[in-house]
Amino acid sequence: MDKNDKLGFLNIDTSLYQTRISNKFQNRKPYQPADPRIILSFIPGTVLEILIKPGQKVSKGEDLMILDAMKMQNKLKCNMDGKVKSIKVKKGDKVSKGTVLLELE
Amino acid sequence: MPVNKKIRELQEKREKILLGGGEQAIEKQKAMGKRTARERIMALLDENSFNEYDLFVEHDARDFDMDKKSLPSDGVIIGSGTIYGAPVAIFAQDFTVAGGSLGLMHSRKITKIMDHALKMRMPLIGINDSGGARIQEGVNSLAGYGEIFFRNTISSGVIPQLSVILGPCAGGAVYSPALTDFVFVVDNISKMFITGPEVIKTVLGEEISMEDLGGARVHSEITGNAHFFALSEEECFDQIKKLITFIPWNNGQKARMFEPGEPKPEYNINKIVPEDPTLPYDVRDVIRAIVDNSDFFEIMELYAKNIVIGFGRMGGRTTGFVANQPLEMAGVLDVDSSDKAARFIRYCDAFNIPIITLVDLPGYLPGVDQEHAGVIRHGAKVLYAYSEATVPKLTVILRKAYGGGYIAMSSRHLRADFVFAWPSAEIAVMGPEGAANIIFRKEILSSPDPDGMRKQKVEEYKTKFANPYVAASRGYVDAVIEPSETRKFLMHSIEVSENKDVPMPHKKHGLPPF
Repeated sequence: MDKNDKLGFLNIDTSLYQTRISNKFQNRKPYQPADPRIILSFIPGTVLEILIKPGQKVSKGEDLMILDAMKMQNKLKCNMDGKVKSIKVKKGDKVSKGTVLLELE
Repeated sequence: MPVNKKIRELQEKREKILLGGGEQAIEKQKAMGKRTARERIMALLDENSFNEYDLFVEHDARDFDMDKKSLPSDGVIIGSGTIYGAPVAIFAQDFTVAGGSLGLMHSRKITKIMDHALKMRMPLIGINDSGGARIQEGVNSLAGYGEIFFRNTISSGVIPQLSVILGPCAGGAVYSPALTDFVFVVDNISKMFITGPEVIKTVLGEEISMEDLGGARVHSEITGNAHFFALSEEECFDQIKKLITFIPWNNGQKARMFEPGEPKPEYNINKIVPEDPTLPYDVRDVIRAIVDNSDFFEIMELYAKNIVIGFGRMGGRTTGFVANQPLEMAGVLDVDSSDKAARFIRYCDAFNIPIITLVDLPGYLPGVDQEHAGVIRHGAKVLYAYSEATVPKLTVILRKAYGGGYIAMSSRHLRADFVFAWPSAEIAVMGPEGAANIIFRKEILSSPDPDGMRKQKVEEYKTKFANPYVAASRGYVDAVIEPSETRKFLMHSIEVSENKDVPMPHKKHGLPPF
């Protein structure tokens, strides 16, 4: 063991163990429950078409956007009845998986 | 034609082909810090041991003006030779010839040497350095890859298969190395990915360098695709040669015996493990204090460091080691370390290599990310691999062996042949703090001094249960031994396991949780 080791503590079953903490553990994202009002990109791709406007009333099952991804046109469907609060992307934007596309209210 | 002239003709033909893609292409290859395919083979094999086959093979593609192109040896060199006297079959893709691209004849040369290796029951080494499919040859090129993957799979567990990535290995081509036993990568030279930076940029708009996407470090530290990381081709070849000394030539044999040697005295087994179970140490020092000449050859050194795997020798016999590493993440089992250990256990089992397991772990890593990443499924691989393995299984419990971790780490219950424990062993359902908090919850909460009561109860639990003697009294531990007796006990156990024979129920194959 190197004397210059950077050691931290890991809690397992209420015992604190002195040890090196991996980057993967340090960089893990804290869990957040999914919010149905925030619509995320379910696939990486390009925003081909935006079919709604801010303030517009939408109902469950309605098409919101078309994402061009994996050589397919993917329709993004509304998951609840509500109103479009804001749109976070523009036509032509490239988005990665998990990008916020729009918010409902 | 007189004989001499015919021989000269052969020599001239050879010389021309031996230049591969020509001097310019060779210069380019060198400028990238890479050796040529032929130089690599010569550097890896014993001197003068290489016999080359299919030197004169040429492609017969016609489309896209390919009929006007001559590609010497079709961009891949195949043959056989020896490494420290061990026979090996080898292929090396030649990047100087059409970027080492894989066409039909190129793939047929590779599958020919693969068939040869399987038939002759000898290890196969593949050196990958290729731009990918030869697009001009269309579906023939895809067929070639498929034929290679099939043979990788059929040969798996019969002959050792080593993949050496010394250049690009992209797209479908990556699946041949992924199907083999050990993958070697070199810093700044190896690049492996399914879709490259170009595609990622076009499709996703994300910019990433080849090195950051699929370089040697990425595959050694993050993905776990590579088993050996080297800074130069030379170091990489030394690793391959060393590995070859540890493994048998096929699954019908045992690894070669070497002259035994005592561990070095600087590894004092009595002084490595701290008494306090929450303090770290480097478990590799314990391994070095046990194995012949303190020579431990670690595998996947940079990936899931909370478990250590690798080879050493006990009395001259190759032995696989699996050890929790308290220095890294307290030595917990998690998704990555389970995966790493399980695959290695199965390797040892397939190739008749006894397994020594050193246990010191507090349990499994808690966390949403672990649960959602499937720690149940991945953790189960360790149980599966140990239970299924019929090679000699020896376990030494150094310190903590709590809960599910105790069961998973080659316990008696998974049919370890010998289980030893040091006096410092704590074999219990969980750590004393956690256990006392649950068992004595009422007493602690109702006490006027809860902290004092908790401490008292933790101590009580420690004295009663945090030791090896409860498990020993049930016969779950065969012997409680002094650390200094470890090597002696293990060597004897391996000796008496030489002819171990365990009947297993007939089945086509099991269903390990992968």
